[in-house]
Amino acid sequence: MTTVSLTVNGKAVSANVDPRTLLVQLLRENLRLTGTHVGCDTSQCGACVVHLDGKAVKSCTTLAVAVDGASVTTIEGLAHDGTLHPMQEAFREHHGLQCGFCTPGMIMAAVDMVNRRGHQLDEKTIREDLDGNICRCTGYHNIVKAIAAGAEAMGKGAAPVRQAAE
Amino acid sequence: MSATGIGAAVRRKEDHRFITGQGRYTDDINRPGQAHAYFLRSPHAHAKIKSIDTKAAAGMPGVIGIFTGADLATDKIGGLICGWMIHNKDGSPMRAGPHPALAQGKVRYVGDHVAVVVAETLAQAKDAAEAIAVDYQELPAVVDTAKAIGAKTVVHDEAPDNSVFNWHLGDKDATEKAFKAAKHVTKIDLVNNRLVPNAMEPRAAVGDYDDGEGIFTLYTTSQNPHVARLVLSAFIGIAPENKLRVIAPDVGGGFGSKIFIYAEETVCVWAAKKVGRPVKWTADRTEAFLSDAHGRDHVTHAELATDAEGKILGMKVHTTANLGAYLSTFSSSVPTYLYAPLLSGQYDIPAIYCEVDAVYTNTAPVDAYRGAGRPEATFVVERLIEITARQLGKDPAKFRMQNYIKKFPHQTPVIMMYDAGNYGASLKKALEMIDYKGLGKRKRDSARNGKLRGIGFSSYIEACGIAPSAAVGSLGAGVGLWESAEVRVNPVGTVEVFTGSHSHGQGHETTFAQLVSDRLGIPIDNVSIIHGDTDKVQMGMGTYGSRSGAVGMSAIFKAIDKVIAKGKKVAAHVLEADEADIDFADGHFAVKGTDRKLDFGSCALQAYVAHKFNGQELEPGLKEGAFYDPTNFTFPAGVHICEVEIDPQTGVTTIERWAAVDDFGNIINPMIVEGQVHGGIAQGVGQALLEGARYNADGQLVTASFMDYTMPRADDLPSFDVGMTVTPCPSNPLGIKGCGEAGAIASPPAVINAITDALGHEDIAMPATPQAVWRAAQKSISRMAAE
Repeated sequence: MTTVSLTVNGKAVSANVDPRTLLVQLLRENLRLTGTHVGCDTSQCGACVVHLDGKAVKSCTTLAVAVDGASVTTIEGLAHDGTLHPMQEAFREHHGLQCGFCTPGMIMAAVDMVNRRGHQLDEKTIREDLDGNICRCTGYHNIVKAIAAGAEAMGKGAAPVRQAAE
Repeated sequence: MSATGIGAAVRRKEDHRFITGQGRYTDDINRPGQAHAYFLRSPHAHAKIKSIDTKAAAGMPGVIGIFTGADLATDKIGGLICGWMIHNKDGSPMRAGPHPALAQGKVRYVGDHVAVVVAETLAQAKDAAEAIAVDYQELPAVVDTAKAIGAKTVVHDEAPDNSVFNWHLGDKDATEKAFKAAKHVTKIDLVNNRLVPNAMEPRAAVGDYDDGEGIFTLYTTSQNPHVARLVLSAFIGIAPENKLRVIAPDVGGGFGSKIFIYAEETVCVWAAKKVGRPVKWTADRTEAFLSDAHGRDHVTHAELATDAEGKILGMKVHTTANLGAYLSTFSSSVPTYLYAPLLSGQYDIPAIYCEVDAVYTNTAPVDAYRGAGRPEATFVVERLIEITARQLGKDPAKFRMQNYIKKFPHQTPVIMMYDAGNYGASLKKALEMIDYKGLGKRKRDSARNGKLRGIGFSSYIEACGIAPSAAVGSLGAGVGLWESAEVRVNPVGTVEVFTGSHSHGQGHETTFAQLVSDRLGIPIDNVSIIHGDTDKVQMGMGTYGSRSGAVGMSAIFKAIDKVIAKGKKVAAHVLEADEADIDFADGHFAVKGTDRKLDFGSCALQAYVAHKFNGQELEPGLKEGAFYDPTNFTFPAGVHICEVEIDPQTGVTTIERWAAVDDFGNIINPMIVEGQVHGGIAQGVGQALLEGARYNADGQLVTASFMDYTMPRADDLPSFDVGMTVTPCPSNPLGIKGCGEAGAIASPPAVINAITDALGHEDIAMPATPQAVWRAAQKSISRMAAE
């Protein structure tokens, strides 16, 4: 067993884990942050996307021991003081989710997309950039609309998550 | 229309928990003292199990228990069942082999369940499973749908030629006569490709046993927890119903695959008592590929007869349907009663005959997947119609219009009585939306750029809300297909609705609440929808077949009628008026012709305090239930038009335009309905362009992860242009038809018709991958060069 210490959603945490433990297992099983999901185990579907030091990673293919000392933001850490992040709000407003299982990863990937590519995202950019996330319910139509709207809203005031988390 | 009532695009009440990571899916549930299960699965498609040695594994760290089929037999735990009896043409019953939850003597597909290890951690369970020594005697496998009947390899001794049943529907003689009179006959051979449903949430189960009370609890990823309890109790023998609670919490998509009662949840709930600990299992994605029920997998020959004017005279269909290695819960109904009765499509066809051979193979069980039988039927009909129009030199839109059913009700030759529709209106609207008139120019523009452009139509019909129960019972169903609702009004007028429907993405917590808010005139936030727990909802049939609106909401509608009727009695006493003089509107009970009125909440309080009436004459309280059994199926229908451009250099097909016009009858929430259409189209486009489950000749599934099986991604799809026409359904009080499967039913033939239009020939199968399209395009180019 190995001790891992890191910051999750702004709080210092440490856990004693089997060295093969994945970051997603640390989050879900040790910390009971079950908003991050596992949809495929092969880094294809993106249901497990979290932010590691402000950048999107797939937590199902990241070892917990590899993130010692890092700062992780999960879907549970995105809203602040009861106020939803603009991207969360956009997903609800534009019906960008149905069963909700891919949604945490979609929202975390979308925020990262805005951090990398700015607030004015056209449909083609969003669709191409989203190729690491699979949704089986929505046909992506409303997810694309939600991300475009969320990106714009992020530009109008709310701080991007990278700064908010750090 | 109020801002939250029927017809409003109300934002979903359930979304807050999903967008904040607070959804509660089965794998999120952890019980105190929980152990973990891992299933040892067969690596062979077909083998005898000579022996299983668990000794070494049992001594491994953390192992709590290891169980095999022998242990289930000792405890008299029954096998999994198929709940729909189909009879052969000769009247004999279908041939069903046993389906033990853990293999007994033989394994029949890769992924078949051989043993379960229960350990302190999942890693320890996996490690121990590797130490189980199974001595297999490998047998040859039968994999190919078309070659299963009469193959040397026999999957089940009960079906010596691998035939589960040979079934038929329609009038063979009348159909033959129609073909004799025909001027033109179109003949096609089709494969409806095998698919893996792939809900994003993998299946999972947590079994728990309370020794003090003798009660089992199963948390499971189910679309129909009450049916699961019924089967686990009455057929498999886990425990009597009053000692078995089944909870389906948030479920991350189903698409049919979570209707069925599987081995894993059966074993988890049984094992919980064996080991005296809660037992949890969650599938990884490859387990999902191997063991979730697959969809489709038909091989079909079909013919369409027309007269000299292009009027359709008759249709003949022969289909071989692969049901896999075991009969899954509703597998037998899919290629029979959910398929052949849809073969009339939207067309006036005087004679239809359909024969279906269902076969066993050494592959995963096949059962309902979004649309279930209806996409397969629509693919046959709409390919036949399109090709016939091309062969007759007719415009495909005009040919459809010529043959549409125009008078309702309409009795087809294959069971269905269509109650209402206006197919021409949907076609006309879709043609405008896609700018059909501009197609010629767009084709020429594409050609100038070295591309091939094509357009494809699909006029689909769907049958939802399978019913009435007595009718489906006469066709072999083991269950009734009504729905239940209980409306509990709290003393201050807030309302809890307990429904037998189950939501796993459909948004019932919003749409059902809209209905209640609308009818009772109370704020939508005062309404809670409760589902998915057999301890809370007494009985229900669950969600599949686009039935929750038409059937589930109709049950709520009926229960609300009773609440209002009871409320009128209470109000009559409070307002000192005759009950017949009380009206209910806009949330108030009022005495006709006066200004005396009582709001809904005050009426509820009066019902509970019971101060204003004699409790012997009128029962206190305000709570009513209803069971609603529909009088007919509902018949959503519509027209989808797909326009593609093919790059013959790369074989890449790009969907340039998509116009969908659907008639779902009355609509509760257009935002949610359009979302259902988008998702359905995406799944159908996946089938048409990307997805295909492939077994090799040895029965190994070679597409068993998202690295091998192509799921539609955002950049594979366009945005969709979605429109509606409305002819209310006459058979239910809300006029609703159902919208959950339409997109998946309509879209595959629209895509393939568009691709074949672009190619100028019909030689392409699903999935039309870039490689397949490239090959087909080379054929087009060499033909064009020859011309």
